[in-house]
Amino acid sequence: MAVCIAVIAKENYPLYIRSVPTQNELKFHYTVHTSLDVVEEKISAVGKSLGDQRELYLGLLYPTEDYKVYGYVTNSKVKFVIVVDSSNTSLRDNEIRSMFRKLHNSFTDVMCNPFHSPGNTIQSKAFDGIVSGMMVQTASTV
Amino acid sequence: MAGSQWELPPELCCRPMAFVALTGLDVVYNAVHRAIWDAFCANRRADRVPISFKVLPGDHEYPKCRTKRTSYEWYIPKGILKTGWMNKHLNLVPALVVLFYELDWDDPQWKEKQSECATKVEIVRTSLQGRNTKVAVVLIQKKTPLPPGEDLVASERAATLCNACDLSGKSLFVLPHTDHLVGYIIRLENAFYEHAQTYYYTEIRRVKSHKEFLNKTTHQLLFVRHQFKIAFFSELKQDTQNALKYYRTAYSLVHELRAHETNMLEIKTMAGFINYKICRLCFQHNTPLDAIAQFRKHIDLCKKKIGSAELAFEHAAWMSKQFQSFGELFDEAIKLGLTAIQTQNPGFYYQQAACYSQDRKQLSQQLCQAGATSPSSEPWDTQTGGLDFYGQRPWRQGHQSIDPPDAEKEKTGILALQIKERDVLHSELIIALLSNAVAQFKKYKCPRMKSHLMVQMGEEYYYAKDYTKALKLLDYVMCDYRTERWWGLLTAILTTALRCAYLMASVKDYIIYCMELLGRGKKEGSTESRSLWNDRMALAASNELTIEVQDYIPFIQCKAKFQCPSFHVDQPIQLQVFLRADCPHPVSFNKLAVSLSNQEYNQWCVVESAGQECMSLLPGKTKCHNFSFVAKTEDVGKKIELTGMELMLGSDSGRCVFLSWRGAGGDAASTHEALQASRSSRRWGREVEARQELDWDSLTMQHSTMIISRVPKISVQLSHRPPALNNEMYCINLTVQSQEGVVAKGVKLTAGLKPGQDANLGQTTHVSLDGSKVCDDTAPALLPDVPLGDLKPGEKLERCVYVNCVSTGSRVFLFHVAYSIDTTVEGRQIVCKCHKVEKVIIILLTVSTNTPQLQSQLQEVVLQTDECASECFCLRCPALANSNNTVATGQYLISWRSANSPLIQTVVTLPHVILESVPLYIHAELPSYGRVRESLSVRYHIENRTSLVQEVEMAVEPSDAFMFSGLKQVRLRILPGSEQQMLYNYYPLMAGYQTLPQLNISLPRCLTTNTHTLRRFLPQRIFVKPQGRQLDEASIAAA
Repeated sequence: MAVCIAVIAKENYPLYIRSVPTQNELKFHYTVHTSLDVVEEKISAVGKSLGDQRELYLGLLYPTEDYKVYGYVTNSKVKFVIVVDSSNTSLRDNEIRSMFRKLHNSFTDVMCNPFHSPGNTIQSKAFDGIVSGMMVQTASTV
Repeated sequence: MAGSQWELPPELCCRPMAFVALTGLDVVYNAVHRAIWDAFCANRRADRVPISFKVLPGDHEYPKCRTKRTSYEWYIPKGILKTGWMNKHLNLVPALVVLFYELDWDDPQWKEKQSECATKVEIVRTSLQGRNTKVAVVLIQKKTPLPPGEDLVASERAATLCNACDLSGKSLFVLPHTDHLVGYIIRLENAFYEHAQTYYYTEIRRVKSHKEFLNKTTHQLLFVRHQFKIAFFSELKQDTQNALKYYRTAYSLVHELRAHETNMLEIKTMAGFINYKICRLCFQHNTPLDAIAQFRKHIDLCKKKIGSAELAFEHAAWMSKQFQSFGELFDEAIKLGLTAIQTQNPGFYYQQAACYSQDRKQLSQQLCQAGATSPSSEPWDTQTGGLDFYGQRPWRQGHQSIDPPDAEKEKTGILALQIKERDVLHSELIIALLSNAVAQFKKYKCPRMKSHLMVQMGEEYYYAKDYTKALKLLDYVMCDYRTERWWGLLTAILTTALRCAYLMASVKDYIIYCMELLGRGKKEGSTESRSLWNDRMALAASNELTIEVQDYIPFIQCKAKFQCPSFHVDQPIQLQVFLRADCPHPVSFNKLAVSLSNQEYNQWCVVESAGQECMSLLPGKTKCHNFSFVAKTEDVGKKIELTGMELMLGSDSGRCVFLSWRGAGGDAASTHEALQASRSSRRWGREVEARQELDWDSLTMQHSTMIISRVPKISVQLSHRPPALNNEMYCINLTVQSQEGVVAKGVKLTAGLKPGQDANLGQTTHVSLDGSKVCDDTAPALLPDVPLGDLKPGEKLERCVYVNCVSTGSRVFLFHVAYSIDTTVEGRQIVCKCHKVEKVIIILLTVSTNTPQLQSQLQEVVLQTDECASECFCLRCPALANSNNTVATGQYLISWRSANSPLIQTVVTLPHVILESVPLYIHAELPSYGRVRESLSVRYHIENRTSLVQEVEMAVEPSDAFMFSGLKQVRLRILPGSEQQMLYNYYPLMAGYQTLPQLNISLPRCLTTNTHTLRRFLPQRIFVKPQGRQLDEASIAAA
């Protein structure tokens, strides 16, 4: 489904970035990085009005010519970004949501690992597996 | 410029306005005509009708109208839209030709003039042969016209003139050349505008009428052409809603055309034009979402229509232009008041345009192989004359079948285009688009997008070989990526920057980038950089470079710490400097120098390589250098700070680089790492114990240390017996005993009030060493540096200090013993100071006393803590001597002492008393309480105490609480020394404390006396008891 999945720390540095190996990895890094502009803006806008009653899923951040970028922010301000190919129109909003939820659960598991130091980059096979699951599926459908 | 091929034609981008030609005006030589023309063109604000005027000579040749086709049966169109068409209707074929003619109604040569005018009209008509263009005549008159209907001559002559010129009455106007020229002109304009609208309306009808002759197989192109024309005429008519509708139909028709390689460019060009018009109108109608939707649809439809593979760069160029022109439209709409948002602003379109330009560059690099010989100029022959139709190939204009007519010609044509493309300065185009996008993203708060685009700009400058600009841009954004800690991106940028620096031969930049690339930001594959680094360092040029690392992330990290936050002056100061290399290979260095806030210590903190041996750092290992030095005695109480560290790489003889850290080390990334380490410190701590190795991240920096004095070996003891009394000479015993191994020299005592307390305490506290002398105001509150001589080891010394305080409250006294001693450790004399603080609380005891005449009741009384003694005397005042009413009552003197201290006298000045003389004395005789509804008798005694007869007026004021009987108002005389009595029976009505009826007394004879004072002699209130119950029962019983 996704061509790139990223986890960004509260301080906006990357904790985890995986992209489809066939394409330019650097380009995805830039895409994810620039999408943080929109994430920041959305967080600050919501923060003012609703306080804690925030929806974690931010929806479509911005469409580029080739990709759609979706965002999700946990309560501890850790950001998840999923980049999807624009040509992939079959993907519903709900599916994106469930992808994020899965990602969040897996991330929580990583955080619960006593051997993981929060703030360090994620090195977890289980997390890798979840992410690959979301990315491999694309390869089969496309 | 070759890029201009893709520019939209200006006649497409302008706002179409009705075209009206003015003839018969001589604007060069005739002042009146000039004024008229100026009034038409000057000040064309938005409130005036949209017309474009042009002055043409009367015999101007208008474009010829081709003979109208009666049947389309055998007609095969050659293209969609002629290149000249829009310009023709904007600037060449007028909707209305206006003939200006100077003629007054009462002109003596009316007949001749009328026929001349008719001839002129005829000439215009002939040159407009076949067109529906309207003709109107304006008579320029010197006289102000009369109101319509009053000037019979005028209306008659107007009718004949119309007849002669074959004009309708509506097309004849009169322009009086008077003061109100502009007003007349505006009215004329509005009339012209109506005519023009009728013209365009008939044109639309005319084009529409063609439709029935068309068939869908051969005339597809005409369907598009006609819809476009109708829409364009509607725009000229200012009917933008309909124009939009027709453009939309035209747009869908364009995409219904059969597309193949030969006409792809034409279709795309037209689709682009129509799309531009639609978007423009949507923005104009303030429906930006429609514009965006249309544009998206347009792009989606056209994205895949690449056309000829050999000319794929053309498609990219076209796409880029689409995005760019939409971005410009969007931007323009924003300038006119539209609001854009972060995720939908012109920047995205500029960015995408830049992106397509980059594609174009790549494609052209692939397709346009260098070295192709320039073909004969044949394919361009027609280019000079321009194309007949938009979007066609110059070498096969008007050709509409699927296969090219001449394969050879097609080949040379394509080659010629490729060669032309090769000369295009792509980078320039891309940079221009990117900088547009940067400006937009800056406006809409997208700092990261901005950085990203700036990286792209930098890279583009790099490709364009403008390395200075490239480096400047990259350097600017590197900082952002460094602070955001996106190492992957930073590495990519650094690599480009490194190449720039290399190509610019900028050694310093080169070394800095190398260092960062080798540092911990870099992830993998730095061997290349490593070898580059070695190359540089080996270059034999005596160059010294200093690099401030706090802005970078170098491959050597440095941290320094003092062992303790403070050192005693007799201890050597321990300083540790840790170095660590992150690069994959060992690094050698020649010198490490630490600079401290006091530069005299710097000499102790240098380590240099001996001879040829270099000191080296192993990758990933931490190396520690220890320094120790002795602080100077002058620095006691001061802080020593680390100001910086310098590491020399390379040697003095060759090239050397100084890495310099500010403070105690650390660079652009270390603050975060320290935080990270502290988060996981517990776990790290365990590991460190396990492997007995220093963990870099958990090393904390200690960038300053305090030099403090040597620990004194001397005891100071104080003894005293609290409480201290006010004014007492309070004695405090001080015992000093030396515990030093050697003689303590020059022992000095500072005793007294501790500074820094309430300022008033300094004035009310006095200290002396001499108990016999009474302490007074001259004595200071603090005795500084009283010499006590030398103290041998184990010797004891005692002193008494007397303290006298004249106010109560607690005070803190300070006893401070200083001495100097020769320390054996460093063989230097060190002055050690010791101080001890004792708090003394002083409590005031009130002691009262005796007059000389009288025996005090308090003599020989001993007061304990918290006890209080008081005394009472009766004073008689002497006869009033002077006018002054106040009398001094003298002083109260107490002699006292506490148990074993000297006798002290305390003087209390008694207050002054105000005296008043009153001629009468009055007092009331009344019971101590009353009872409700029981009679209460009050007797007032009034005494005359003067030697004169006093006349007195008395009155009783009524009261709510009492009824009373007795004299209410009376005037009486009292003889000297005698007394009058007044009896009243009061009858209380209410219980509780009640105010008695007020007795007012005045002395009519001597009004000066203040009778108010008399009132003070009288009781004000009385307590009234409620009626008793027993009484009630008794009365009941009686009943």
